Amino acid sequence: MTAKHRSWLGMALIGTALALAPIVVGASLGNAWVRVLDFAALYIMLALGLNIVVGFAGLLDLGYIAFYAVGAYLYALLASPHFGIHWPVWAVLPLGALVAGIFGVLLGAPTLRLRGDYLAIVTLGFGEIIRIFLNNLNTPVNITNGPKGIARIDAISLFGQPLSKSVDFLGITFSGVMLYYYLFVVLALGIVFVGIRLQDSRIGRAWVAIREDEVAAKACGINTRNVKLLAFAMGATFGGVSGGLFAGFQEFVSPESFGLMESIMVLCMVVLGGMGHIPGVILGGLMLTVLPEAFRHGAGPMQQAVFGKVLLDPEALRMLLFGLALIAVMLYRPAGLWPEPRHRRELAK
Amino acid sequence: MTVLLEARGVTKHFGGVQALKEVSLTIRQGEIYGLIGPNGAGKTTFFNVLTGLYPRDGGEISFGGETLRLASPHEVAKAGIARTFQNIRLFANMTARENVMVGRHVRTRAGVVGAVFRDRRTRDEEAALRRRADELLRYVGIEHRADDVARHLAYGDQRRLEIARALATDPKLLALDEPAAGMNATETASLKSLIEGLRADGLTVLLIEHDVRLVMGLCDRVAVLDYGEKIAEDVPISVQRNPKVIEAYLGGSA
Ligand SMILES: Nc1ncnc2c1ncn2[C@@H]1O[C@H](COP(=O)(O)OP(=O)(O)OP(=O)(O)O)[C@@H](O)[C@H]1O
Ligand SMILES: [Mg+2]
Repeated sequence: MTAKHRSWLGMALIGTALALAPIVVGASLGNAWVRVLDFAALYIMLALGLNIVVGFAGLLDLGYIAFYAVGAYLYALLASPHFGIHWPVWAVLPLGALVAGIFGVLLGAPTLRLRGDYLAIVTLGFGEIIRIFLNNLNTPVNITNGPKGIARIDAISLFGQPLSKSVDFLGITFSGVMLYYYLFVVLALGIVFVGIRLQDSRIGRAWVAIREDEVAAKACGINTRNVKLLAFAMGATFGGVSGGLFAGFQEFVSPESFGLMESIMVLCMVVLGGMGHIPGVILGGLMLTVLPEAFRHGAGPMQQAVFGKVLLDPEALRMLLFGLALIAVMLYRPAGLWPEPRHRRELAK
Repeated sequence: MTVLLEARGVTKHFGGVQALKEVSLTIRQGEIYGLIGPNGAGKTTFFNVLTGLYPRDGGEISFGGETLRLASPHEVAKAGIARTFQNIRLFANMTARENVMVGRHVRTRAGVVGAVFRDRRTRDEEAALRRRADELLRYVGIEHRADDVARHLAYGDQRRLEIARALATDPKLLALDEPAAGMNATETASLKSLIEGLRADGLTVLLIEHDVRLVMGLCDRVAVLDYGEKIAEDVPISVQRNPKVIEAYLGGSA
């Protein structure tokens, strides 16, 4: 079997697993868990976008969630009774990507000379500014509906079929969360594809060169300003797409969903998984979505079974363990759980 | 001989330190031009100003007959000046081949769309890019390390890789900042023949070096900086006998 055959076979297996996952999970664990998978796909898209900025180009961005917010609110404003506009998803999503990309450039431009901690602080500030705007743009003209958020957003609908309603196909009932799952996975695969292609390209190498040594990158003729802005724009675009999907999926958005903790969570997915390594980032996104959820459901009943009562609030315990896990990973696997092979080789030395 | 680079009255200071005082020098097409001087004389600063890393405070630089305005580094690279660094600056986690490929950034064009769709032109460009990178690695003699991460290369090989990366920009002028620093006698000798080969291939070289024998053996002409001022510019033999130069070096080490 040649390498090519093997990789086709691998892809076929992954494809089958991805296609069957929601059916199996839905039948065994229930639709709540399919919903978790939906979120995992959304977060993976976000993490892959942030990975371009942080992992490839080495620009520590703590305000990344802002682009998710831009995509989500754009969808909410253009497909809800709030303004009475009901654009179809195929128009709103690309527009959201574009607008988020423009925001990426606008927020990136003032930070170009900053690095490391300084960049982190400024991007954190920008992220908060966007959230605060969303929170307050309800007066004098009501644009965002303020802290109450925007409700009754149109569900994403494809070929006249709203994904929020279940469909019977081949004798299986596909619930709304399952339909969303398929859409999200297809789009996530698209983003993975774009990420892989970018990484192994002239632009991708320029990003990594800037991360490795900005001065030398300049001396090699890289226009670092443009190439960094491109990283911000690409990352933001992915964020905008996921934001739009999030809005259509939840049918509700409010500024609360786009706080600093969310930015940090997405950053954790990237760092924990393996910065700059796409499979690692996917793993990070999957783990940090699924494990806390498993914990939330499992911790209470388990304490009940072992101690006869719930000693520790599962929510507090969850954050505690999350923190410990993070520290452990940084101590023992500083390059992440699934780093790029060449980094791993270095750490083994 | 035609003039390739002309600097007139180039001045640079850092706070109170006058690192370059009205430095003027002329480099001719096809020569190896040495820039020497005691520690802290301003040699590296001249490189940094020349390549646009630092803005200059005064003076003019013309290159290939055109004035180099207060250009940014990538524009200087595009104009045809490539450099290496005194304290090697490679892309440590990229392979040797990738390092050289990045050097070719300024001579290639593929953008995001090309990267994602891999159209014919992008594939052709990428293939040519790889070939050229391998050629350059062979040229500097480290083709067997092409797939190794730059950081794992031996010191001498890292210096060579930096030269290969600089050559990838298709320069007219190659500026080397102490390429022999930290090398043993054998490594220095092979570096010398590498630089001679570059000249034979028509490249102009600007060389900062402390190894006097290397400078004297390689350079057609040499300029001496001392406290930011050019105190001599001549063929090596004459520079060596110049009392001001002897004074600067003895004064520096005393
Ligand atoms: N970025 C900087 N900021 C402040 N001062 C600087 C900077 N770069 C150089 N200098 C100062 O300018 C002067 C010239 O330094 P430069 O590095 O050009 O010397 P050099 O001739 O390359 O010396 P060496 O042989 O040690 O490499 C020194 O006094 C140095 O301290
Ligand atoms: Mg120096």
